[in-house]
Amino acid sequence: MSEILAILVGLGDKLAAHVLLSAAAIGLGIAVALPLAVWASRSPPVARIALGFASLVQTIPALALLALFFPILLSLRAVFGEGLPTLGFLPALLALALYALLPILRNAVTAREHMAPGVLEAADGVGMTGWQKLRLVEAPLAAPYIMAGIRTAAVWTIGAATLSTTIGQASLGDPIFAGLQTQNWALVLAGCIASAALALVADLLLGTIERGFAARRKLLVWGGAALALLGIAAAGYAQLDLGKRGDTVVIGAKSFSEQYILARLIGQRLRDAGYAVEYRDGLGSAVVHDAVATGAIDISVDYTGTLWTNEMKREGNPGRDAIYRAIVAWEGDTSGIRVLGRLGFENAYALAMREDRARELGVRSLADLASRAPRLTVGGDPEFFRRPEWSAVREAYGLRFGRQRTFTPTFMYNALRSGEADVISAYTSDGRIAADRLVVLGDPKGAFPAYDALVLIAPDRAGDERLIGALEPLVGAIDVETMREANLSVDRAQNKLNPAEAARELARAIGL
Amino acid sequence: MAAAPKSELCLTGLTQRFGAVRAIDGVDLSIPRGSFVALVGASGSGKSTLLKTINRLVEPDEGTVLFEGEDIRATAASAVRRRIGYVFQSIGLFPHMNVAENIGIGPRLAGHPIGMERVAELLDLVELEPAHATRMPHELSGGQRQRVGVARALAGDPQLLLMDEPFGALDPVTRDALGRRVRELHERLGLTTLMVTHDMAEALLLAERVLVMAQGRIVADESPRALLAGAGGEEAQALVAVPRDQADAIAELEG
Repeated sequence: MSEILAILVGLGDKLAAHVLLSAAAIGLGIAVALPLAVWASRSPPVARIALGFASLVQTIPALALLALFFPILLSLRAVFGEGLPTLGFLPALLALALYALLPILRNAVTAREHMAPGVLEAADGVGMTGWQKLRLVEAPLAAPYIMAGIRTAAVWTIGAATLSTTIGQASLGDPIFAGLQTQNWALVLAGCIASAALALVADLLLGTIERGFAARRKLLVWGGAALALLGIAAAGYAQLDLGKRGDTVVIGAKSFSEQYILARLIGQRLRDAGYAVEYRDGLGSAVVHDAVATGAIDISVDYTGTLWTNEMKREGNPGRDAIYRAIVAWEGDTSGIRVLGRLGFENAYALAMREDRARELGVRSLADLASRAPRLTVGGDPEFFRRPEWSAVREAYGLRFGRQRTFTPTFMYNALRSGEADVISAYTSDGRIAADRLVVLGDPKGAFPAYDALVLIAPDRAGDERLIGALEPLVGAIDVETMREANLSVDRAQNKLNPAEAARELARAIGL
Repeated sequence: MAAAPKSELCLTGLTQRFGAVRAIDGVDLSIPRGSFVALVGASGSGKSTLLKTINRLVEPDEGTVLFEGEDIRATAASAVRRRIGYVFQSIGLFPHMNVAENIGIGPRLAGHPIGMERVAELLDLVELEPAHATRMPHELSGGQRQRVGVARALAGDPQLLLMDEPFGALDPVTRDALGRRVRELHERLGLTTLMVTHDMAEALLLAERVLVMAQGRIVADESPRALLAGAGGEEAQALVAVPRDQADAIAELEG
């Protein structure tokens, strides 16, 4: 309990970011929904189209909606120029505002539909112009219903804003995602508690305003609004304070422990070198490379095989070094990303089994697996089964599994332990391979390409020699055993370290 | 066409179609200043639509309406409505405004807000206490609400008062009392009043001229006395027969 409390105290800047993001999204939602509602009340086709669109948006999972804004904004750069941010605040704001639209719009339209026709006729009858009717009759009568819609929107938005972590916007989702990844439940709970508490407070304040409108008590309206604005202003002030740190290096991390640890390792070295550092954790794998290329983040750790197949769209396996050289040249030619170098270890995709199960079935390599596969269940992370490596391996060995199940990386290992999966897609640098007594199945045909970890530097940081100098000692310094140990220290169930602690341990282990 | 000098209202060739149906079918009508005219007819006869063309709540497809000699389309609809008192069956008090605010809305819109003194005076006209000024509409009875509705219609000192089934939702006692009161105010304030009703008895008792409408046309235009004497044709007499037969039946019971 005290652990959660300690984490909660440290969540101030995430909370401030969360408040600002949610408030901005709700504000934008209101700014769009209210004029739209007025238009809809005067034109039934507009009402149908607007409500239909808002309902459609609502059916898109929030996570997908947030991610969709990355390619949308990327393509909009053709219009607005390269300065348009594609990650972080802007896409999160747009996606959440779209999400907030429906409850506000629907309540406003419903309120107008249910207004007594006699009252509206009287408004015309006493000689109100359209604007006077809106201001003096329609708006005050609809206000309580609109407030109720804003209330619903606020609770949804504050909840969904936790997902903006995945597109690189700081929020209360950061501790939730980091905690889920490293099975640090205190972190998850702290994030949930903070975001739920924020939603309750917002609901209370907006509910007060709503009651004020319904009972026509101005004090309640202004009091609730003043408190809500005060909270937003405080969050803004806190963020302003953070913003003053000047030149900040942003380090991105995909959503697994190794990435968190390496991001911290890089961050700690840069901080020692005098840089201000920010982390964007839990980024989707597909976003990270473009984010570095566009400068939305400055540094990331990626893997040769991932870039080879996903970014360069290449097939075949010309060998570890050839792939690395090809990537360095390709990045230089196309994106301008500087490849600092390989860290020294490989985190390849591989298929792994429990040692006892492999022995029982007589499986040692992927070639042995082919004949047994139809009776076995394969587990993989959500990305794995859609990756070209998976189809390459399946074809090379003729693998036809009886069942295919998807897990998050953490639960994948649990599934293997409990027998819910017989074979899983493992990562060769994962500490749990040794800890769980797993065997990595051999790949005699070389179907999996190499996955050397390498450090990518954004084009506009590529010439920063002080930064390069601070990171160069990492090149070639981390072997796979050391990385596995660091990963395990975060992933294990007992006595776990957080990524920053693990990064410090790792630095000590490699003598830095 | 110039209006006759004494005509407050002059309707010429008024036609209003809803799809294939002609709600008003070529109505010509002239109403002298100071008269109390009742417009009677069954539901769907077009009487309400005709009334609403006068304050531009309905814009007719054809024809013109002259009000005090001026084409009403020459002025903005909202400005026309502010000059004409309007009372209707569903009353339409603004639920978020108190009685004083409801009564004062027209002058406020016109840019000449009225004080509490004038509100009290208007409340007195409709036989309500000054204390009613601060009540909210939901705190009033149906009859009190319609009295406020009448006071609101009179707040801008209109020359013309349009009433669309004004007493239709009231109980018979209130209905009778408020009807008499409106008739008194009509005299006292020198109004021109046009009242739509489906109740021939009400029309006969309050108005000095009764128009009967059927299928969008005015089929009879008589004084109450003439109607009772059998004038106005078949449709008018069918409507007159209802209260007369009721009166006879009651007399028989008493007999």
